[in-house]
Amino acid sequence: MTSLHETPFFQMTDICKGYPMGDEWQPVLKNVNLTIEKGEFLSVLGPSGSGKSTLMNIIGCLDTPTSGEYILHGRRVDQLDENQLSTLRNREIGFIFQSFQLLKRQDALANVELPLIYAGLSVQKRRQRAEEMLCRVGLSEKLHYMPNQLSGGQQQRVAIARALATNPSILLADEPTGALDQKTGRQVMALFRELNEEGRTIIMITHDVKIAANASRIVRILDGELSEGVVEDA
Amino acid sequence: MLKESLRMSLGNIRANKMRSFLTILGIIIGVMAIIALITVMESATGEVTAQFESLGTGKLTVQAGGTPLKQGLRETDLRRIEQLDNVSGISPSLSQNISVVWQGQLLEDVTVKGNGYAYFRKNPTAVEKGRPLVPVDFDQYSRVCLIDSELAHELFSGVDPLGQQLLVKGTRFTIVGLLADPDVDDVMSQMQAMGEDGSLMMPYTTYMRLFGVKGVTGLEVYVSDSDRTNDTVEALEALLDECFNYHDGSYSVINMEGLLDVMDTMMSLMTNLLVGIASIALLVGGIGIMNMMLVSVTERTSEIGLRKALGAKPRSIQIQFLMESVILSLLGGIVGVALGLLVSKLLSNLMNIAFVFSPGAVALGVGFSLAVGVIFGWAPARKASNLNPIDALRSV
Ligand SMILES: Nc1ncnc2c1ncn2[C@@H]1O[C@H](COP(=O)(O)OP(=O)(O)O)[C@@H](O)[C@H]1O
Ligand SMILES: [Mg+2]
Repeated sequence: MTSLHETPFFQMTDICKGYPMGDEWQPVLKNVNLTIEKGEFLSVLGPSGSGKSTLMNIIGCLDTPTSGEYILHGRRVDQLDENQLSTLRNREIGFIFQSFQLLKRQDALANVELPLIYAGLSVQKRRQRAEEMLCRVGLSEKLHYMPNQLSGGQQQRVAIARALATNPSILLADEPTGALDQKTGRQVMALFRELNEEGRTIIMITHDVKIAANASRIVRILDGELSEGVVEDA
Repeated sequence: MLKESLRMSLGNIRANKMRSFLTILGIIIGVMAIIALITVMESATGEVTAQFESLGTGKLTVQAGGTPLKQGLRETDLRRIEQLDNVSGISPSLSQNISVVWQGQLLEDVTVKGNGYAYFRKNPTAVEKGRPLVPVDFDQYSRVCLIDSELAHELFSGVDPLGQQLLVKGTRFTIVGLLADPDVDDVMSQMQAMGEDGSLMMPYTTYMRLFGVKGVTGLEVYVSDSDRTNDTVEALEALLDECFNYHDGSYSVINMEGLLDVMDTMMSLMTNLLVGIASIALLVGGIGIMNMMLVSVTERTSEIGLRKALGAKPRSIQIQFLMESVILSLLGGIVGVALGLLVSKLLSNLMNIAFVFSPGAVALGVGFSLAVGVIFGWAPARKASNLNPIDALRSV
């Protein structure tokens, strides 16, 4: 239960999610409880089909749980409608996808500006902020490169810059190194750790123990059940 | 936000130039057809109306063949017609080609006409020099006449014809005026058969006496207030019935204005029909746009999902897609209007009629294409806005 004095930064209580399968109900997440402090770097580690993406969708406010309570940045999120969820995603969540999800026909700068458009920033502010973010991820030279002119690692950096743009409470990454070679993957992980050291809260979903080891805390998910893990040495 | 949607839509249209162009081709053709049809019809209507008007509005044409016993209208009948309410004058069609003599010079083939004074009131420019025929000439059977430039040229080279006296059928006539050359566009004067040696005009009363004409079979009746033409037609018909003893088919009264109304109605009916047909092209164009938008939504499913994940509300996605279809169809509409005007300009040149720019048609074309964009863009935009970001992102 939440105390009256302090509202938690991130708290999931008894989160369940299931899908109807014919006549039956198929549970995917089973009573997930998870509390995260501001500034943590958390890995959610689990095999394929364990419910990682489902959990990530709920954390990322793309989906609502069937039951349970989810508090993000002091606000209850589990019962919000689509428009409210949109705003919340825009302000509080920085998504980083396995497949980068950049708009092919837009240059790096425009891609980073995208969430800022929906945040309602003016053109100048948008540009300025997007440039700052691209500089932060080390792409100050590539502002006007199209995604297909960038390497995988660079594309993921653009995606990270985009995730940072609205200064969200949480960076939420789903298999961020899944599409990268090992070396580039390590570079991206180094960037993640840097960002975490600057105070960013990061939730990273992965099936790879080595990647998960970059985080300061690991939770394991198996068949929709979450358990606290130990940080293993890579 | 709206500006953003506009920018994004334009970007997407630009990125798919060829496809966008092909998609709006239907709209272009539809709008072009509508604009061209309306404009050409309006120009043609204007042209025909002008022709009819030159034939005479505010004027009733009477054909009075009469009965075997009474062929045509007597002078007394004509006088009564002139006295009718709302009749400003009459002009019987009396003419024949005979010879005219001046100072021993003979012209063999001169058209001699008997006119009413109303003719001159109706056509103030008919007299170039001198005076027109006035009511007193008619009352007193004055032996005065006006001659046209051809006759003046034939007889009086170097002499002022005014005041000269001519012999017509052995009777002396004083020339009081010169007739202006008729307007080349005036169908009425072109239709009149002209004698080889020009023509001469005298009061119809004088004409009837001179040639012993008992009955006039054709005349024009001028109406002062054209709003009351129908009443005047009734009164005229009552009078003619009386003149011809209620004999069936003894006369007919043609109201040019009535004909004009009928023609207007027919023309607008025709325009509506053609526009209806052209609208089918627009409908097909609209379906084309809908198709392209649906394809576009499917192609951009993951983009839509991404935008939603990054904070786009369903509404902004909907606006973006709706904007895109509206821009597409408006673009088609504008190009269609331009081409339509061009085509109608060419057509009216080809048909030798005056091109009439119709703002109504332009508004209709643009309005239609706008409506098509909204109507046929609605469903795809809705579909896009309802996409679930999770499924959409997964679809990569
Ligand atoms: N929309 C859905 N409808 C039905 N079942 C689903 C749906 N989404 C996920 N699942 C099921 O939930 C389970 C977990 O899926 P997911 O969260 O994608 O796992 P992971 O990302 O760990 O591979 C899978 O068995 C999957 O079949
Ligand atoms: Mg997954």
